[in-house]
Amino acid sequence: MKSLSKIRLILIIASVIIGTLYATPNFFNTSQKAQSSNFLPGKKINLGLDLQGGSYLLLKADMDIVFAEKLDSLLSDIRTLLRKSKIGYKKLSIQNDIISFQKRGESSNEKIKSIIFSLDKNLIVENKIESFFIKFSEQNKKNITKTTMAQAIEIVRRRIDETGTNEPSIQQQGTDRIIVQLPGLDDPSRIKKLLGKTAKLTFQLAHPTIISEDLDKNSKAPPGFIKLQEDKNPDRFYMINKRVMVSGEMLKDASPTFDRNNSPSVSFQLSALGGKKFGRVTGKNIGRAFAIVLDGKVVSAPVIQTQIFSTGQITGAFTVQETNDLALVLRSGALPAPMVILEERSVGPGLGKDSISAGKIASIFGLIAVMVFMLITYGMFGIFANIALVCNIIFIIALLSLIQATLTLPGIAGIVLTMGMAVDANVLIFERIKEEFNSGRTILDAIEAGFQRAISTIIDANLTTLFAALALFSFGSGPIKGFSVTLMIGIVTSMFTAIVITKYIVFLYSKKKDVNSVFLQD
Amino acid sequence: MKLLRLIPTNTNFDFLRVKVIAFLFSFVILSGTFISLMVNNLNYGIDFKGGILLELRSKNSYSPNINELREKISTLDAGEVSIQNFGQETDFLVRIQKQEGDQKEQIAMIEKVKSLIEKNYTVRRSEFVGPVVGDELKTAGFYAVSLALLSIMIYIWFRFEWQFSIAAILALIHDVLTTVGLFSILQLEFNLATIAAILTTAGYSINDTVVIFDRVRENLRRYKSKTHYFIYNKSINETLSRTVITSVTTLLALFIIFFFGGAVLSDFALAMIWGVIIGTFSSIFVAVSLLTYFNINKGEKVDDRTNIPEYEREN
Repeated sequence: MKSLSKIRLILIIASVIIGTLYATPNFFNTSQKAQSSNFLPGKKINLGLDLQGGSYLLLKADMDIVFAEKLDSLLSDIRTLLRKSKIGYKKLSIQNDIISFQKRGESSNEKIKSIIFSLDKNLIVENKIESFFIKFSEQNKKNITKTTMAQAIEIVRRRIDETGTNEPSIQQQGTDRIIVQLPGLDDPSRIKKLLGKTAKLTFQLAHPTIISEDLDKNSKAPPGFIKLQEDKNPDRFYMINKRVMVSGEMLKDASPTFDRNNSPSVSFQLSALGGKKFGRVTGKNIGRAFAIVLDGKVVSAPVIQTQIFSTGQITGAFTVQETNDLALVLRSGALPAPMVILEERSVGPGLGKDSISAGKIASIFGLIAVMVFMLITYGMFGIFANIALVCNIIFIIALLSLIQATLTLPGIAGIVLTMGMAVDANVLIFERIKEEFNSGRTILDAIEAGFQRAISTIIDANLTTLFAALALFSFGSGPIKGFSVTLMIGIVTSMFTAIVITKYIVFLYSKKKDVNSVFLQD
Repeated sequence: MKLLRLIPTNTNFDFLRVKVIAFLFSFVILSGTFISLMVNNLNYGIDFKGGILLELRSKNSYSPNINELREKISTLDAGEVSIQNFGQETDFLVRIQKQEGDQKEQIAMIEKVKSLIEKNYTVRRSEFVGPVVGDELKTAGFYAVSLALLSIMIYIWFRFEWQFSIAAILALIHDVLTTVGLFSILQLEFNLATIAAILTTAGYSINDTVVIFDRVRENLRRYKSKTHYFIYNKSINETLSRTVITSVTTLLALFIIFFFGGAVLSDFALAMIWGVIIGTFSSIFVAVSLLTYFNINKGEKVDDRTNIPEYEREN
């Protein structure tokens, strides 16, 4: 019989040994680090957050705000450029995401257009008689989103790293989303707080005469100024010069400290360039108030006592935790876009442990139940099927470890389910052999024919199931994806074990032993 | 050793004779599904509806009281809140509808609940799904199920003939719909795991159907002079032992997940238990019964993959 070739036997034994080697680390309670010095290859299966405990956050960058900001800065670029090119204009403004202006004087429309295109050739510029309309093209938006997301991921990573969270995973999803996974962290409220701030810090001079006491909700800002709320007291307002003296990008360092009155504050250090700029402005404005603005709100508005260069302190009504967080977000830099939390899932370590032990119990009981059933139904063949089943489970665990797939609770259910379904291929084969035998063939012929005919059925049946698993994979997120991966691996390994391993054992048995026909009869 | 025999050898049941009764049964459960969907709709979990979910366990020193918990949380004025026991007496599942306002309000509500109950309970799990994500997951779930059905249909069309593919897909839709119906009638939470259960059920059911169809195809070539009725019945009978044994081993595994897999998996296991039973039923009584309405050619389209030797073919 061809099937009993030495090469086949070697292949089977080798695959089982390799599988066992890769599966073994999962049965020891060693940490990932201790394993690296281990003699065994491979690593343990990655446990999903639902099993090891941890938090999953899905963030979305609010790109509309970024587009609006970029449009604002485009507007000032256009203004500067038109002035420089000595082109008269009026009514330069933004409405519904479109910059518009009317030209004054004799400049040709083509010239104005080409000047605007010199800023960015992807812009959409339309022109009707005297009026010009400029807006971002899809390409512009794409580029802006791309750079914004790259920055945002970097900043999110820095902020999370600073909290000392273990092995966080931060990935982009789709165009404007970020998935943050924090193993071992079951209460992500601090992280959420840290990511909730964009932390755009600016120092801006206050209005020389209009003071907070004069302002209320309805006050209007004079040109060049903007009315801002106080951070801790939404009823208190400040009139602030729109021009920014120094911004957060010029910050070199920030750390929590205490001020003279022993209340929590944040001390900062500016870069050389920032220090120079800050020194120049503060030197000219001694006696005037300036505002420390964080994310569009005034943290405090101290009066400039002396010229300040590169170091200073931010005081406000802070708690110690708040100064820690503020220093952290200032150090890590501002987020280029506000982050919105779309989805959050946190699992505590207790639930994770319980799920693992429930999964273990279900797997062991499932295995025993199926094996006992196969034994009492098929006798000797049942033992063969059980050997194949054990090999199958070893292969599943080994493959999951090898590709470092993430095992989730539904994934464990997938393994237990596979135990039930994996014997199907063996059942198909044995039933077919019985049938062939009962229709009058000799045992050896029946075995040969049984395998041959069952295999086409096995392949058809399993491939269709594989389609369902693939659909699940394409749709799945997190735990569901984990389930579909175990299901797919289970389908493939159960086909392999039935077609290769069971077949070999059955042929070996029927050749070596003087097979009596009892095990095929009632 | 005396072996267990669930199905005697060489059965000769006339499955197709009860075809009408089986169709009637399917009609009843499908009607039940549609009526329940209209009246009860589905009890969508936060995965699809958006909202907040917390799993709590009372601390050792505290004897839990669901009414007290209810009262406490009702002080938050969070809108629709459902609190239920989960798995064991000390555990509770708190579901809170999505809050008015933006995502910040949702996050704030989680914090509020947490600080309200932290003296007596530990939070074992907290989930928040925004409405945008919920809608996306719903669409994705719908596409996944459709994609699975479509690809299965095409595969069977390719491997068998179009009549088989129609019959198989109708049986499959029958299984998917009635599983959804089970969730609607029992008002079990319909969430991401349910979609997984439905798709796995579909995979199992089609597996069953394909095994029987495979035999039908083979027998159509083998018994050219026999009626279709005879051939279909014979094919079901010949594969019956396998159908039952595989169902039993799969159900064994599923019942073990149901009883020992923890509260999180119990609904999932229940959906699949139903799915395996209904899938087995539909493979025999829906898929094969539907074949009787097509006049399928016996082996004109020569396909000798099954490779029946000349001497075995009936003349």
